[in-house]
Amino acid sequence: MDGTGSSFAKPGYEPGPPLWLLAELTYRCPLQCPYCSNPLDFAKHHDELSTAEWIEVFRQARALGAAQLGFSGGEPLVRQDLAELIGAARGLGYYTNLITSGIGLTEARIASFAEAGLDHIQISFQAADEEVNNLLAGSRKAFAQKLAMARAVKAQGYPMVLNFVTHRHNIDDIDRIIALCVELEADFVELATCQFYGWAELNRAGLLPTRAQLERAERITQQWRERLAARNHPCKLIFVTPDYYEERPKACMNGWGNLFLDITPDGTALPCHSARQLPVAFPNVREHSIEHIWRHSLGFNHFRGDDWMPEPCRSCDEKERDFGGCRCQAFMLTGDASNADPVCSKSAHHGVILAARQEAETAAQPLDQLQYRNERASRLIAKA
Amino acid sequence: MNDDELPKVPTFRRGYRFQFEPAQGCHVLLYPEGMIKLNESAALILEQVDGQQSVGQLTDALAERFPEAPGLRQDVMEFLEVARGRHWIELR
Repeated sequence: MDGTGSSFAKPGYEPGPPLWLLAELTYRCPLQCPYCSNPLDFAKHHDELSTAEWIEVFRQARALGAAQLGFSGGEPLVRQDLAELIGAARGLGYYTNLITSGIGLTEARIASFAEAGLDHIQISFQAADEEVNNLLAGSRKAFAQKLAMARAVKAQGYPMVLNFVTHRHNIDDIDRIIALCVELEADFVELATCQFYGWAELNRAGLLPTRAQLERAERITQQWRERLAARNHPCKLIFVTPDYYEERPKACMNGWGNLFLDITPDGTALPCHSARQLPVAFPNVREHSIEHIWRHSLGFNHFRGDDWMPEPCRSCDEKERDFGGCRCQAFMLTGDASNADPVCSKSAHHGVILAARQEAETAAQPLDQLQYRNERASRLIAKA
Repeated sequence: MNDDELPKVPTFRRGYRFQFEPAQGCHVLLYPEGMIKLNESAALILEQVDGQQSVGQLTDALAERFPEAPGLRQDVMEFLEVARGRHWIELR
């Protein structure tokens, strides 16, 4: 550990290596998706690490065993030093992933990233329907640009992941979504039902699909899987269900501070994208080494092990499987991040989840009432 | 996999990268947003996948290196079949 901080490491607890490093290079983004995972008050955080600071983060995390590196944001393409960052990361031995909306991408940039050693590009879409896509993205040109860039990514030989965040206003279109992905020659397709953090939590009533919508989408996805397998087609469909329809919580991040390390634009280190909202002090790479952050910081040790768990988790025989679920969800829905994730039917707060399901059936919000993610809205939220 | 495929040359599918990870003390196969930890025998076989050697050649090379291993040829062929089925490698 470095000289500045005390060690909060838990005796007898040795975390695994931070295999997944997510570099949220910036909160700047040309789109306004109402389910963005960035913090609601992102407008408060304009500071960004320099090129040299990012490369030092990559070097230190790699030495601890990080193997996958995601360049994310905001929109990572707004960073003019992106090719340099990719080159440095690839030189250190990372598998480099660019996670982008495709806005700001050009054929020339795709080629320059390939030259720098970029391994893979993930492009996110908002819908398979141009009008719905552009409405959700808050940009009239978004869909055409995404299509053109997805084709260019494949033409230049990259493996490509297409990511569709699905919700009540686009999930019924799942057949068309998958057909589009197959047509675009995606290697992997993530059909990720909205997870309710950040802006998505704010807009939950307008996003959570009904159980019937979800079941239909899963059925159609399974039919596609069978059709693709019968043709020995390499495209893999990954369906992420929203935990709001589960009775047991997800093993969030595979355990707190266990394999995932997120560095936010200003260098704050987090154990997941949305942990910034928790009443926990998180360390910054400008003040501490990655090793100190990962092994010894209070923030990363806070919810390691199980000595922090109250009932019903403490005596639960499933606690080693799901770690009591998601700390952020427990905090957002119960006010206490140590509580059992209310998705769990054993939680005293499970009623919140049942009420949200009910709301999806009877009192959902239309598309035009969603709060879009932009600087103005974020400033208002930060002020309040 | 049958004997007809012995002259074919296995290569990693684009986007799949085989490398040794010192922190984990093992070889891994990296792919978009994912990683597979490989056991020793899987690593020994995939190490031979260099885009040059055919299935027959790499099987011969391994049989020469491990003359005592019983059923090695069949194990290698079966593993390559699994790797192809999971779209980690392609045969050309």
